[in-house]
Amino acid sequence: MSDVQWKNPVVKWVDERLPVFSLMHHSTVGYPTPKNLNYWWNFGSLALTCLIIMIVTGIFLAMSYTPHASMAFDSVERIMRDVNYGWLLRYLHANGASMFFIVVYIHMFRNMYYGSYRAPREMLWFLGLAIYLAMMATGFLGYVLPWGQMSFWGATVITNLFSAIPLVGDDVVTWLWGGFSVDNPTLNRFFSLHYLLPFVIFALVALHLWALHVVKSNNPAGVEIKSEEDTIPFHPYYTIKDLYGIAIFMIIYLAFVFWAPNFLGHPDNYIEANPMVTPPHIVPEWYYLPFYAILRAFTADAIIYIPFGWFFITPKLAGVIAMFGAIIVLFFLPWLDTSKVLSAKYRPVFKQFFWIFVINVLILGYCGAKSPTDTLFGIKLEIVSQVATFYYFAHLMVLTPLIGWMEKTREVPNSIAAAVTKPTKTEEA
Amino acid sequence: MADTASTAVDDNGTEESRRDFLLLATSAVGAVGTAAAIWPFVDSMNPSADVLALASTEIDLSPIEEGQSITVMWRGKPVFVRNRTADEISKAQAEDSAAMVDPQKDGERIKEGKDNWLVLVGVCTHLGCIPLGQKATDPKGEYGGWYCPCHGSHYDTSGRIRKGPAPTNLPVPPYEFTSDTTVKIG
Ligand code: HEM
Ligand code: FES
Repeated sequence: MSDVQWKNPVVKWVDERLPVFSLMHHSTVGYPTPKNLNYWWNFGSLALTCLIIMIVTGIFLAMSYTPHASMAFDSVERIMRDVNYGWLLRYLHANGASMFFIVVYIHMFRNMYYGSYRAPREMLWFLGLAIYLAMMATGFLGYVLPWGQMSFWGATVITNLFSAIPLVGDDVVTWLWGGFSVDNPTLNRFFSLHYLLPFVIFALVALHLWALHVVKSNNPAGVEIKSEEDTIPFHPYYTIKDLYGIAIFMIIYLAFVFWAPNFLGHPDNYIEANPMVTPPHIVPEWYYLPFYAILRAFTADAIIYIPFGWFFITPKLAGVIAMFGAIIVLFFLPWLDTSKVLSAKYRPVFKQFFWIFVINVLILGYCGAKSPTDTLFGIKLEIVSQVATFYYFAHLMVLTPLIGWMEKTREVPNSIAAAVTKPTKTEEA
Repeated sequence: MADTASTAVDDNGTEESRRDFLLLATSAVGAVGTAAAIWPFVDSMNPSADVLALASTEIDLSPIEEGQSITVMWRGKPVFVRNRTADEISKAQAEDSAAMVDPQKDGERIKEGKDNWLVLVGVCTHLGCIPLGQKATDPKGEYGGWYCPCHGSHYDTSGRIRKGPAPTNLPVPPYEFTSDTTVKIG
């Protein structure tokens, strides 16, 4: 790390004792990046932007927020009405959570499309999934804080999932609540953890970036960097491209904040929590909907439930296992994908199945938002959820390895440079 | 470890096994100590003394007429107290031997001689919503008791689960009659 000669004596003095400037240099100007990255590679820096916005707005919200069952709702209303720019802080925070999830979902699908989870990037993929899990927990905890009806009943339904654990389930739920129902002790601890987890995420992001800098970025061609010809320095080329992406992102994000701040929220959350009345239709935040659909798909008469029945697993527990399993299987994806080729660009069959998978996840999301008795194309959603749940797992656990073995892939370019230069030029150039 | 120690030790291995023992014993004590240190943190999240102290509620039954229900709060949860009609009682008893998810006789769910009083924790055993059926205008489900709108669980006039995803009957909280017209829950 000492190959940079710092001219400024103060910088030099510091750098010799703690090489922060060298580190910064190495991860920007000195960091070689594939020269063929497309706009799907903007979503990593967008995710970091979201995290920073969430932490900053969150810290300022916490200055005016009261984590007490009898005061939380009013304190949020006070933030909205009386605190200077409180409405802005809260709308930035509430919509920021949604934007964060959109960005991260696109980032994850990008990785699946270009095979970025494959060797040597497995560790990056695991850390990404860990970040995603921590985000889901953080979003859930945060949504409870305004103490509206959806906060309260969402917290009740989700914590009750743990009662499905055999033998100790009920004790675990009481422990999570700190009482016999969701109440003030629950709100207090949720606030404590909601404050903590974003910093855990921050640390995970640091590890994620460290791992990235070890193995370097994947790219649309899915071939590794072989020579200097394949790369350009991160700074200024990608810093400027990332900034451009951030500008576009901010336009969309702020359009929600200023013109449709409650579009992604639920009106019932403007009614204060009432432990004696359940809202007629409980829906989680949109970013959990596919998993909520998987959870509900396991009813006693569902075909997908049958194998669970053999092991005396109740439908409720089966749903919980499948819901967590839906994320756990993603950890195995680096090995479930058996193809020699990384990028879907050269995988004509996988490419189509990839898009079917994306649509399938969207259908699951739709099922999660509606009541199981509603219909889609005339089919009862209960059935649609069961089929879509089955397909979700089938795609990852059966189709992905099979396609990898059987598919006839297109010819992969020899190098990144070859992928972006005209085919008339020789590839050794 | 053996490398550094072996210089001064004879080769019959006693020194080594003594060290192994010490290492094992230290690790064991360390592990127990760590667990003991973690426990207070974990247990601090369990219900505290003041939460436990609020754990009983008295109810006056005299204003509840036949066929009426009231909802009271106990441990932050709704408790359903229903003065059942003769019809509901006979229906609950007649169905005692019907096929059920969580088979239980009506007699096990009430106090002897108080057939009309049904006391239930009004929290759906599926995922914790509050079933409808307390108000006269509420839907009562296919078995005439309670109906949970969240995912469609039907409970009968004894609060037993008869249809839908809920795994168990609505629980009967611990309670006793302190006089003919008052019960103490908890
Ligand atoms: C990973 C980053 C974060 C995510 C995904 C997140 C998510 C959320 C969500 C979804 C809400 C509910 C918004 C609403 O409907 O009103 C919320 C509320 C809240 N969050 Fe966060 N949050 C994050 C970071 C933070 C941080 C670092 C703090 C700092 C203490 C914080 C403090 C708060 C407070 C005080 C509230 C309650 C006020 C309100 O409801 O607007 N959050 N958060
Ligand atoms: S919570 Fe009552 S049916 Fe699901």
